[in-house]
This record gives sequence, structure tokens and C-alpha cells, in this order.
Amino acid sequence: MTQILILVEQRDGRITRASTELITMAKRLGSPMAFIVGESVESQISQYGADKIFRGIAAEYQVHPVVPVVDALAALVAKVSPAAVLIASSATGKEIAGRLAVRIGSGVITDAVDISADLVATQSIFGGSTLVHSRVTHGVPIFTLAPNSIEPTSQQTEPVIEDLVLVFDQKSTAARVTSREPAKKGGRPELGEASIVVSGGRGTNGDFSPVEAFADSLGAAVGASRAAVDAGWYPHTLQVGQTGKTVSPQLYVACGISGAIQHRAGMQTSKTIVAINKDPEAPIFEIADFGVVGDLFAVLPQATAAINARKA
Amino acid sequence: MKIVVCIKQVPDSWAQKRLNSSDSTLDRTNTDAVINDLDEYAIEAALQIIEAQTPGDQAHQVTLLSMGPERATEAIRKGFSMGADDALHIVDPALAGSDALATSLVLAKAVSNAEPDFVLCGTESTDARMAVVPAMLAERLGWPQLTFAGEMEVDLAARIVRIKRMTDDGVESMEAPMPCVVSVIEKINEPRYPSFKNIMAAKKKVVQTLTLSELGISSNDVGTAGAWTSVADFAELPPRGAGVKITDDGTSGDQLVSFLAAKKLV
Repeated sequence: MTQILILVEQRDGRITRASTELITMAKRLGSPMAFIVGESVESQISQYGADKIFRGIAAEYQVHPVVPVVDALAALVAKVSPAAVLIASSATGKEIAGRLAVRIGSGVITDAVDISADLVATQSIFGGSTLVHSRVTHGVPIFTLAPNSIEPTSQQTEPVIEDLVLVFDQKSTAARVTSREPAKKGGRPELGEASIVVSGGRGTNGDFSPVEAFADSLGAAVGASRAAVDAGWYPHTLQVGQTGKTVSPQLYVACGISGAIQHRAGMQTSKTIVAINKDPEAPIFEIADFGVVGDLFAVLPQATAAINARKA
Repeated sequence: MKIVVCIKQVPDSWAQKRLNSSDSTLDRTNTDAVINDLDEYAIEAALQIIEAQTPGDQAHQVTLLSMGPERATEAIRKGFSMGADDALHIVDPALAGSDALATSLVLAKAVSNAEPDFVLCGTESTDARMAVVPAMLAERLGWPQLTFAGEMEVDLAARIVRIKRMTDDGVESMEAPMPCVVSVIEKINEPRYPSFKNIMAAKKKVVQTLTLSELGISSNDVGTAGAWTSVADFAELPPRGAGVKITDDGTSGDQLVSFLAAKKLV
């Protein structure tokens, strides 16, 4: 059976949602072979249907990001001759894919939202205005899969577990991490993976509290426009738009965001879009399924109270 | 110290982009071409690093490197007017349609020839948005990579670059020996506006133009012919339409929640 090599990632002892999507996609294309750094999450991987798990257990993976994982994937490509390699479209995932493509002499397609049985990838580009179908024509195809591309499906398997033992050379360990400050999650879901995103822009005037309260009532992630990030009101990593994150949630709520192309490119593939803005001419209303011309400081608290009342 | 900054000319990120129906490449004719936003931060980072060095110790140089058609010199001039010293521009008709792998091949060759202490790039271009070229470049050069830098410092005596890598997972303090490839995010600085003095000086700065054969690269390895991916087809989706739009009468928060409830989103 066709083997599909996937890079599974774990965070705080759980495999990531993106990883469960990768396994589900690989299962659709063939037999999933997972590579994971570390141990203790094998049962979570088998829950989604991996047929084989290779574990990378070495301190180098923690201290030297990216390149040791590329070494491992290149070794596994040589060992199992997969039909394709699937990696999550995270910042690090795309770097791993890029280096691996050079290393093994393969074409790479990033941010696929779907991959067909004959390995044609679908990409949604230019902020979702264009759908492209493309294929890798050289080497073992490498794909990075955009978050929220496929619904993860449980399918219990009994995978064979094997430790991959590698000796890393100096080139792989030249860049090192000297300290880490994990992101403060504050209990909100990851922006790229969240099914609901509530974002604030210039109209917040720097006060994100109604945006956050509304997001929390919905269990949503919070994002920000470039204007809000440039003003220093919200962290750079939560910027949605052309030069920030591209999100595609079930529901996107834009609060005090005018909706220039710059921003729309990062969110207009959202299934349902809600916009709240004082300016009736704001371009965000052109793509909103539900638009409120009004003050977010009045509308959001009322909506938050209504949602909390429904839950009570 | 010598720093090479990779820059790319892209369609204005405020404009709507499309693909050409003939060859599925980006339509660059109907949009303004500008320097990639993120590359300005890389140029600024290079200039600040040079300015922080003790003057007179040794020669310092910021060299811009760009691969692209003739008109990409506009982006190079922008970099000059910020204060970069000189530039390498790889121009060749065979480069049209190059993918990220080919781009990294060409850039790596030019960087090897230039022998800088390190290379600076933006994390991605706002047109292709793959965010793979810095990593590919590092792989081809056999150099370490320090990417997504929100802060950066250079210890020239120890020949070490230190950065704070800022991603969704948090902040990692990282270091690597020179030579290395560094990519920066917007948080790292505020790119300067060109001064009148630098705009005037930019006119006298020298762009060295190189072709593929001068770099020793075969035209079979780049462009549409050398691409390792191919577009089967593409389709422009109909523009997303507007739905309901109400003006707040004091009940729109409740109306919003009713809308969400009807869509089973709450």
C-alpha cells in the first residue's frame, strides 16, 4: 500500500490538532507513517490511524530546531520510500518542508487545503479569491497542509513503533536555542486552528476588553488587524492579514476593522463573516454575511451578555 | 562586516492579485510593483547593525541582492535610498516562472560569491507567501538559520548572531555562528523613510547585473522549465457577496446573537 510519511508534532503532551488533520489526510491517501519527536503520545497517534510510528528520541531535537527534524525525515524518505511527505503549515513546518525539498531534491507545495488521491493539491491563494490545482513533478512530493483543511477522524490502529537513531553532524546543530518563553495562551484556542475568531482593529482605540469578552463567551481565538498591531495594542503573532496569519474559521467577527484588502486576504475564506463598524462605507461590509453599523463598545457587550444568558 | 540583504519586488499588497491565464504565473502588469514590505525591515536591521559598529574599525557594507526582471531595479533604488551601499541584481529571461527552489538556488550562488558575514531576509514575500526561501537558502549554503527574528544582535568579535525567534509557540532565544541566514519579522524595527541625502546618493550607487551564465547556473534548472511543481488549472472564485447589514438601534447585539443562533454558531 502507498505509504505517506507525516511529521506529527506535540505540545504539552498532546499531539496538535494540525497533526490529527495530517494523519486523517494521510489515511485517505494511503498508509500513514508518522515521525514524532519524543514519546508518550503514541496512543494519540494510533487513535487517528497511523500504521507505523517512528520516534526521534534525542536531545538535539529540543536544542536545535528545524534541521535535525529535516535529517530525520530525509532518512525516513530513504528508508520507506513514501509516495508523499505531509507536514503542517506552521512557521516551523514550512521551514522543515523547504529544507527537506532542497535536501532530497523534491518539489514542495505549501498551504494545501486539500490533496487528491492522485496527489494533486488544492491551494486557496490571494486571500481565497483564486483556487489553484497543482502537482509536484520531481522527486517525492512534499506538501504542507493548511490548518482546518480536513475534519480529523478517529480510526484506531495498532501501529508498529520503531526508534529512529541518527547521528547529527555539526551543520545540523549549529543554531541553538538558549532559552524559551512559551506563549501565554490564557486558555484561548490557537488563532490558526480556532473554529471561531474575533478580531479587533483601529476602532477599538486600543481597548480590546469588549473584543476579548465576546471571544471568551464564544470560546474563540482573538486576532488583530495590522493597524492594531502596528499601534502596539496587540501582539504581532495574533495579526490577521496579508502580512500576518491567514485564518479560515467557521465564524470570523471583525470588530472596528475597515477591511482593506491587506486584512481581507487573511480572513475572507472564513465560512461566516460578521462585521461591526461605525463607518457604513467600510469595505468589510462588502464581504460580511451579517454587518452591524454601530459602536463595538455598545454592540459587543450586549451580544456577550446575550450569549452568556443562553448558556446560563 | 558585510551583510547581504535579499529583496524582492512584488505587486502592491494593497492591490487585488490575479494569475495569468496563459501560464498560471502572477499577473504583474496591472499592479504597482513595490519592494516587498517585509524586506524593508531586513534592510533596516542591516543598517542598524552597521550603525552600531565602531566606525573606522573596518569596512562595513550592506549589499542588496535581488532576482527579478529589469524593473526590479526600482526596489533596489528604494533600498539604496534607505542607505544600502550597493547591489547585485540577477536578471535573465530564463528566470521567469521560477519556483522557490530555483530562487534559492540562484540566491545561494550569488551569496556564495559575495561571501558576506550573514544574510538578512524578510520571512516571506507578500505575493507567493510560502515563507520557505530563507530556510532553502540556508540549506543550500550549508549555513545555520535564525528565522522569525523579532530582535537581533551581532557579536562581531565572537562571530555570533543572537536573535529572539517569535512564533505562535512563544519566544525562543537562539544563537548561531556566522555565516548564517537570518529572517526578520515586522516587530524587529520601524523601517526609516529615505532621507533627501540618501535619495540623492542612491542615484550614484552601483547595481551589478549578473546573468545566469555569469553565475554558472544552467537555464534548465530555473524558470518554468526547471520548476518542480506545475499548475494543472486554476479558477477565480466569484467575489463574496454582502449579506444582511443593519444599523444599530440599540438591539443589534441581540440581533447578532439571533443570527449566530440561526446559523448554529452559538
